[in-house]
Formats: sequence, C-alpha cells, structure tokens
Amino acid sequence: MENNWPLYEVFIRSKNGLSHKHVGSLHAADAEMALENARDVYTRRNEGVSIWVVKAADIKASDPADGDFLFEPASDKIYRHPTFYDVPDAVKHM
Amino acid sequence: MELNRKKFILQWADNSMILGQRLSEWCGHGPVLEQDIALTNIALDLIGEARYLYQLLASEEGTSEDDYPFLRKESEFYNLLLVEQPNEDWAYTMIRQVIFDHFHYYFLSEVMKCADSQLADIAAKSVKEVRYHLKFSSEWVIRLGDGTVESNQRMQKAVDDMAKFAAEPYLPSEADVWMQDFQQGPDLNNLKAIADKALYEIIEEAKLQWPDQQTIRKGGKEGRHSEHMGYLLATMQYMQRAYPGLDW
Repeated sequence: MENNWPLYEVFIRSKNGLSHKHVGSLHAADAEMALENARDVYTRRNEGVSIWVVKAADIKASDPADGDFLFEPASDKIYRHPTFYDVPDAVKHM
Repeated sequence: MELNRKKFILQWADNSMILGQRLSEWCGHGPVLEQDIALTNIALDLIGEARYLYQLLASEEGTSEDDYPFLRKESEFYNLLLVEQPNEDWAYTMIRQVIFDHFHYYFLSEVMKCADSQLADIAAKSVKEVRYHLKFSSEWVIRLGDGTVESNQRMQKAVDDMAKFAAEPYLPSEADVWMQDFQQGPDLNNLKAIADKALYEIIEEAKLQWPDQQTIRKGGKEGRHSEHMGYLLATMQYMQRAYPGLDW
C-alpha cells in the first residue's frame, strides 16, 4: 500500500529537567495521530515523559554543502570555548 | 473457592485473552507500521491483564496459569461473543474494539471499588491501559466514520453487523449477580447506561447510525460460542495440544 501520510519528526523528553531529543520519524494523517503513533512506537520501554511531534516539511534545514562557510570558521576560534575554567564536580549536564 | 467468584474471574480474563489473541492476528498485517505496533501493544496489554487473573486462579487452585488459556475446552470459556468475532478489516476491528473498550473501561472502574481487594488491585492496574485503548479506538471510529464516503460506508456496515453483540456484556450472569450482591461488584444495568451513552456520543460524532432494531446475540458467558471460537482456539491451543507439557 502506498503511504501518502506526511512524515513527522518525533522528539522525546526522557525525564523532567532534560530537553527534548530527536528520536526518529513516523507517518501519520495529522498531528493528533502522530502523537499517538509516537507513543506507541517510541515510548514502549519507558523512554519518555513528554512527546513533541512536528511535520518534517515544516523544518527548515541547513544545506550540508554549506558546511564549509557555516561551521568551519568557528573551528579555530578556541577563545569562544569556555575551556579555561574548572567546572565544579557538582555541576551536571554541562 | 467460591464458584461464582471463579466464574466471574474467568469471564473477565477470557474476554481479555480472546480479544488479545484476535488482535495479535494483525501483527505483521497492519495497514501501516505505526498501527501494526499500536494494535500489538493493545494485544499485549490485554493478554497481560488476563495473565494476572489466571495467575490468581492458579495460585488459589494449585494449577498452572497456562492451564486456563491452553487446556480448557470451548464450552469452558466464558468470554463475550463480541471478542471472538473475526478481524475482517480495519473497520470491523475498530468497531469491535470501541464497543469492548467502552464496556471494559467502565467495568474496571467499578471492579476497582469492589470488596475483593485482589480483583480491585488488578482492575486498578489495568484501567490505565484501557483508558488509552478507549481513546485510540474512539479516535479511529471518528476519523473513519467522519472521513470519506467509502470509509463511512465501511464503518457503517461494521456497526450494522456488530451492534447485535453490544448488549451481551451488560446481561448479568449468575456470577455477575453474585459479585454485585456479595462483593460490591459492578451493577451492570447502571454500567450499561453510562457506557452506552458514551459510546453513542462517539458514534454520533463519527456521523454513523446505531441501528434502532436489533437482535441480541448472547451465550458467551455460559460457554455457548459462535462458530468462530473453535478456529480461534485451534490456533491458540495448538502447541499445548500437539505437544502436551511443552515448555520454552
């Protein structure tokens, strides 16, 4: 069967305090069905406490071919990285 | 053990076991991958619920939980005729599901409050899963009933064919009456009023018609089943019948 349903990208928050993380994609007729499908496909093993779905077509993505001028200029600017500080052990998720 | 209690538990467990078996037939055949997994999840919820009940009986009777689903004869199963009906297509499967989910959800909500704490605990655990089943099937019925001309016709045909099985859950057996009288179990008349009202609201929102005149098919609670039940059991029980005591 041909599946004409649009593609949705799925984001799951694994626990409170963490941010939503992209976990995969699925097909659904609308956002409501996408949410249910995401629950059934991606949270079967207690993976999450919150789900976001967004139409893949609504995501504006950067072109991988543009990588050289978008990202490379940052690679030699070490002074932008806060590596000259000691992070205390008590600080998590840095 | 009180025979009425055992009968009540088997009615309940067999509904979930047989519908779980039916839904598992969709595994690998769902219209799309996402719905294939959704139905398999629901089948597993139902079989899990049945297992708690069979385990309870097994612990009290000194038997094995497997004895109940795999070694009883057709006439010793007390599930509703509704749950043994074939899957046919997605429309039939969803109509069967929405009828059962309405009964199941309100039934568990009442059993949670009964005096038998073991049964109340199992009901309280399962009702959360069943609340999702109810949302899932209701949304599909609305989506397809209020969908295209063809989807509406196919859903309506399923409603016309399945409506005759919708009354049986609420016709009390002796065991149901005993539970109500002695264990503060569900009042099925009261349950029917609440569950049917909710079901008819979904049917109306789905732009479907519930048939006015309908025959009522019953007998499942007394072990008298439709012709489909034997085939279902033949598949479900094959391994234990062919290789008695098989373990894995």
